[in-house]
Amino acid sequence: MLCQECKERQATLHFTKIINGEKTEFHFCDVCAKEQDGHMPGAKTFSMHQLLSGLLDFEQQMPSSHGGGIRKTREGLVCPGCRMTYEQFAKIGRFGCSECYQAFQSKLDPIFKRIHSGNVVHGGKVPKRIGQDLHLHKEIENLKQELQALIANEEFEQAAELRDRIRSLEKTLKEKREG
Amino acid sequence: MSLQQFISEAISPWMKKDGPNSDIVLSSRVRLARNIQHVPFPVIASSDDLAALTDKIGSEYGGAGHSRFGTIEFLTMDPMKQNEKRVLVEKHLISPALSDESKSGAVLLSEDESLSIMVNEEDHIRIQCLLAGFQLTEALRLANEVDDWMEDKLDFAFDEKRGYLTSCPTNVGTGLRASVMMHLPALVITRQMNRILPAINQLGLVVRGIYGEGSEAQGNLFQISNQITLGKSEEDIVQDLQSVVLQLIQQERAARKSLIEQSKLQMEDRVYRSYGILANSRVMESKEAAKRLSDLRLGIDLGLITDVDSKILNELMILTQPGFLQQYAGEILSPDQRDQRRAKLIRDRLKLEEEQIDH
Repeated sequence: MLCQECKERQATLHFTKIINGEKTEFHFCDVCAKEQDGHMPGAKTFSMHQLLSGLLDFEQQMPSSHGGGIRKTREGLVCPGCRMTYEQFAKIGRFGCSECYQAFQSKLDPIFKRIHSGNVVHGGKVPKRIGQDLHLHKEIENLKQELQALIANEEFEQAAELRDRIRSLEKTLKEKREG
Repeated sequence: MSLQQFISEAISPWMKKDGPNSDIVLSSRVRLARNIQHVPFPVIASSDDLAALTDKIGSEYGGAGHSRFGTIEFLTMDPMKQNEKRVLVEKHLISPALSDESKSGAVLLSEDESLSIMVNEEDHIRIQCLLAGFQLTEALRLANEVDDWMEDKLDFAFDEKRGYLTSCPTNVGTGLRASVMMHLPALVITRQMNRILPAINQLGLVVRGIYGEGSEAQGNLFQISNQITLGKSEEDIVQDLQSVVLQLIQQERAARKSLIEQSKLQMEDRVYRSYGILANSRVMESKEAAKRLSDLRLGIDLGLITDVDSKILNELMILTQPGFLQQYAGEILSPDQRDQRRAKLIRDRLKLEEEQIDH
């Protein structure tokens, strides 16, 4: 098959473009293909992340219900871990580090719902080693909060007991780490 | 190098094995995305961070012995030649992104190439298990094993609520992508595929062509994978995919049966025509090769062609890609030259079959 552009060389690149169900076939030789960058799939014109970024930017594109087309302003969320802003995240469609999940927490549920068929909470594997630590961490954190409350109420005897429990849990955690 | 030797070295050992339902399911793959705590994701991490991670993983796991996978080889992308990387992409051992865009990218490979662990792709770590035929559960079991093996020494970014934290929100939770590569010529010929595809999409599964995202199905090969990674367990995700694949296998079998019962002569004509073209062409574009090879494989599976090994499709789909053609030629080829080489490689490969039968 000859290239549809120059009609001289053999076509080596073939692709089908489907827009709104309308199918168009393209056949280019490698010389003409280079000049067609704009039409080529995978030629950095289209990526999953761009599609996704449309999804993440959803909120901004919607005219506010009572602002008459005025765009919502974002409250400038920034991840303390990697300094990525929510805006950057929405643009590239990828998180910068694991802390971004915490930093953008307030915005994530609707996004995850859309991507994962309504699911927002993990229901699978828990890493064996860190997983155990997680429970300990959580327990320690809860106890620490209780401790603060006890101290605030000046219930020092109970507070001392609690402090010892926290210490022993922290010791277990440390021993586990050092294996 | 003789063609036979080239093929035996080029084809991954796992591919040479027979898997269940391998007349329809060419391969099963499970991938787990993992990241390391307190290290920024590759998309924004500094070159130093990424280089340090590659070093750490290389020294920890490179050359290490794994109970199931044996010695693990560690390859860094930077010193590799473009074509060497391309060959790994064509074998589905690394992604094009790791080959072309990664900073301090690397891969850990098992001897049989059924395990590959990409380092510094979109996520810090991507564990991939590839098996022949329809073996999704087994692939998941192996990937989990490798995951535990690595987790023993690495602190993975994990959150109780969101699960494994990944760079892209589409992978969060399990970080699991399970997929199968299926050869569905009869469903395409009987025009049932157009009806089936939308139904599959509605079940939260994605269908792609052989070369991944956005690619057209070539040679009637379809890659089917899960889309949802959050909220379901790994086992459920694999189970859901598995049940759809089983149905597709049944439908493809039924379509093949009716083709042979109702239009045997037309089928014979179609597959022998393609066989003739493959055996005699002097110039062969990749698209045509894919189509003809699909016909030939269908002819073998239908029992119409008996003197050719059924693995020829899996083998030649890989070997006739540009990277492999160039590796075999030992030089970079223009598209015209590749089409000639492709035609010759296919002819020679079919001659090997004849010789084997003569002996």
